[in-house]
Amino acid sequence: MVGAGAKKTTNGGAEVVKSGSGFSTMLKLKLKLKTKQQELLLRVSILCLVYVLAFITRLFSVLRYESMIHEFDPYFNYRTTLYLTEKGFYEFWNWFDSDSWYPLGRIIGGTLYPGLMVTAAVIYWLLRLLSFAVHIREVCVLTAPFFASNTTIVAYFFGKEIWDSGAGLVAAALIAICPGYISRSVAGSYDNEGVAIFALLFTFYLFVKAVNTGSLAWALASAFGYFYMVSAWGGYVFIINLIPLYVLVLLVTGRYSMRLYVAYNSMYVVGMLLAMQIRFVGFQHVQSGEHMAAMGVFFLMQVFYMLDWVKYLLSDTKLFQAFLRITVTTALAVGAIALGLGTASGYISPWTGRFYSLLDPTYAKDHIPIIASVSEHQPTAWSSFMFDFHILLFLFPAGLYFCFKRLSDATIFIVMYGLTSMYFAGVMVRLILVATPAVCLISAIAVSATIKNLTLVARARNNNKVTHSGSLKGSTSSSKASSKASLDQSQPIQRNGAIALLLGAFYLLSKYATHCTWVTSEAYSSPSIVLAARGAHGNRVIFDDYREAYFWLRQNTPQDAKVMSWWDYGYQITAMGNRTVIVDNNTWNNTHIATVGRAMSSYEDEAYEIMRSLDVDYVLVVFGGVTGYSSDDINKFLWMVRIGGGVFPVIKEPDYLVNGEYRVDKGAAPKMLNCLMYKLSYYRFGELTTEYGKPPGYDRARGVEIGNKDIKLEYLEEAFTTSNWIVRIYKVKPPNNRW
Amino acid sequence: MVKSTSKEAHALFHSLRSAYAATPTNLKIIDLYVVFSVFTALIQVVYMAIVGSFPFNSFLSGVLSCIGTAVLAVCLRIQVNKENKEFKDLPPERAFADFVLCNLVLHLVIMNFLG
Repeated sequence: MVGAGAKKTTNGGAEVVKSGSGFSTMLKLKLKLKTKQQELLLRVSILCLVYVLAFITRLFSVLRYESMIHEFDPYFNYRTTLYLTEKGFYEFWNWFDSDSWYPLGRIIGGTLYPGLMVTAAVIYWLLRLLSFAVHIREVCVLTAPFFASNTTIVAYFFGKEIWDSGAGLVAAALIAICPGYISRSVAGSYDNEGVAIFALLFTFYLFVKAVNTGSLAWALASAFGYFYMVSAWGGYVFIINLIPLYVLVLLVTGRYSMRLYVAYNSMYVVGMLLAMQIRFVGFQHVQSGEHMAAMGVFFLMQVFYMLDWVKYLLSDTKLFQAFLRITVTTALAVGAIALGLGTASGYISPWTGRFYSLLDPTYAKDHIPIIASVSEHQPTAWSSFMFDFHILLFLFPAGLYFCFKRLSDATIFIVMYGLTSMYFAGVMVRLILVATPAVCLISAIAVSATIKNLTLVARARNNNKVTHSGSLKGSTSSSKASSKASLDQSQPIQRNGAIALLLGAFYLLSKYATHCTWVTSEAYSSPSIVLAARGAHGNRVIFDDYREAYFWLRQNTPQDAKVMSWWDYGYQITAMGNRTVIVDNNTWNNTHIATVGRAMSSYEDEAYEIMRSLDVDYVLVVFGGVTGYSSDDINKFLWMVRIGGGVFPVIKEPDYLVNGEYRVDKGAAPKMLNCLMYKLSYYRFGELTTEYGKPPGYDRARGVEIGNKDIKLEYLEEAFTTSNWIVRIYKVKPPNNRW
Repeated sequence: MVKSTSKEAHALFHSLRSAYAATPTNLKIIDLYVVFSVFTALIQVVYMAIVGSFPFNSFLSGVLSCIGTAVLAVCLRIQVNKENKEFKDLPPERAFADFVLCNLVLHLVIMNFLG
């Protein structure tokens, strides 16, 4: 049965090959193309197809739901883009936002990466100029897929630069559908990463090009790529550390060249200067510890160049040795003194917590709960590597092997990019995204090189046979021909093996394509603001509670009402509800967030004091007990306790746990049963029967009957609860009349 | 010890000078330009150390202007040097055009950053 199936596929494959050759002969006859032109035509059409594919595979979310912005951060980006298109760049740059972080406010222009917003606004203005009447939302929704398409083109050129055009094509095809990248670039996921991965890869490509050619123009281009990356995403730190590391590796391995000098130094100086124009980055390139590696390597390059030059001038090696000794000692001493002075005087700021947590995965867990609390900052599980990379995971080592076999400046770069980013991907889930282009490129080298070798073997016999028979006909049997004949004997097996391996490769690649499509449609296309679930009869149920609640806020509360919620929902409330929030997803002030966490985990009367001091009018909580939605506030509550407790020691985590266990049923800790978050989540929930055959007050998200069914609110009153109880809004009562 | 070191330094200096004398004039001009801009950068750093770095962007743009100019000039020197086999295919006209382009960008950005 299996054998028959295999035979069938073989036949099918042969047919495809035949029809393919038929097609090419037809092309030749019809268009009279030369082989070179044919190849070009094929290449361009493949690239066009990949370009379109990368775009349309990201449209699942638009088809399933509607054209809308997803998740949390994109709402902020959308709001700022809207502001930019309405008020213009100058106003945007100087924008002080009083709608968030009440009462502190936020200087938006100085605390964001404007690349994404400016890109979307430019596209919008361009389309308007061409008199396409688009809405800015559509532009925002489709920005990420558009840039993903552009990334495939960059991947092609990058692959061509480091290996050959075949590898480039494979890389473009792989990256177009790789789930690791799709996870951040589906339509509607209007986030910095959408354009940043394009910028990242583009910068790397231009830099490698600059190193290969040694041309100032390419170095300048890569500086501009770096500028775009800096303007788009905080991940630019990866570039400014990887490139010096790469240069250092080249220096150590003795591959220093003039081309490298030209590429790195001009790119560094111009790129640094350009990056300083972004206000959020500012002087960090000369002041923060994370950027010092680049500067150190810059000076090292100068010393190296100087030495090289002197060595060239001096014919006497002994003299040069003496010179070398003096220079190296002086350079090391000066560098060490400068670094020591800078650090001691506080001029060079130490590394930030995020940077530490990258190098040491356990750092954030012990020191900075707010970083550890974000789910995308968790260490990566093996399954998510498999999920996001699929076959690329084992093609990656194979590609590394090929790279090491043909070492050049470019392959060293891609190897270093692959290895470092793989490490970071293991540390943090979200950094799988950064590793994806490298993994795709290296895997593409493996695929391309393997298939090339296999097809050579598979086709060699035909050619040999032709030449062999030709030589027989011509009766010029030489020793060469006889050796060919002996080769021929072993070749049927080789050829069949090659064909079998080719089929295997195609099988794997087609599996990859299926897997990617499945992952995209099932896992990565959910907007997470509209929830979908399967109903009892297998039909799709849509929970649109978030938007219902935000619309209610917008329509029914005073213009200047302040809403308190956990920071996750801050951006959505300001963008969709148009109301002032206390904290939001830009977690710049830990104390402020801790205050909210403290309010949520205190008793109602204590929380009331805090809320009065913050002028809170409404409190918004997210509750999944009715629908079984598990990422609600009760499940996030322990993080509120931890973050609150980190600043206010009156909040202690053990008070909310029973024997180290977190529970909400009858056995829960008394403080847990009476804290504000518990009360607001479960208010009136004890009256409700959620599931047939269960007692009232059965929490479906946690699968238990709640412990406190008789909740009385003294200082707050219920204002609005959405149809599936996912969002609950409470009004803070004014203080009691004293008389 | 001291004597031998000073002697060595002297010999080093001498042989460097005699070797440098053989450099083509156009490279010597570039060298002079590089030395001048590094010197200007040093003056600014010393000035900053004495007076203070208050408009930090101005200080940075001044120093980076000099350093950038020097680095770009060194790149130009590398590219037009006939002894460098790596750049055989690059005509000096192209190298100079790249140099001018980079300088243009550099100084436009610096003008923006000067404050």
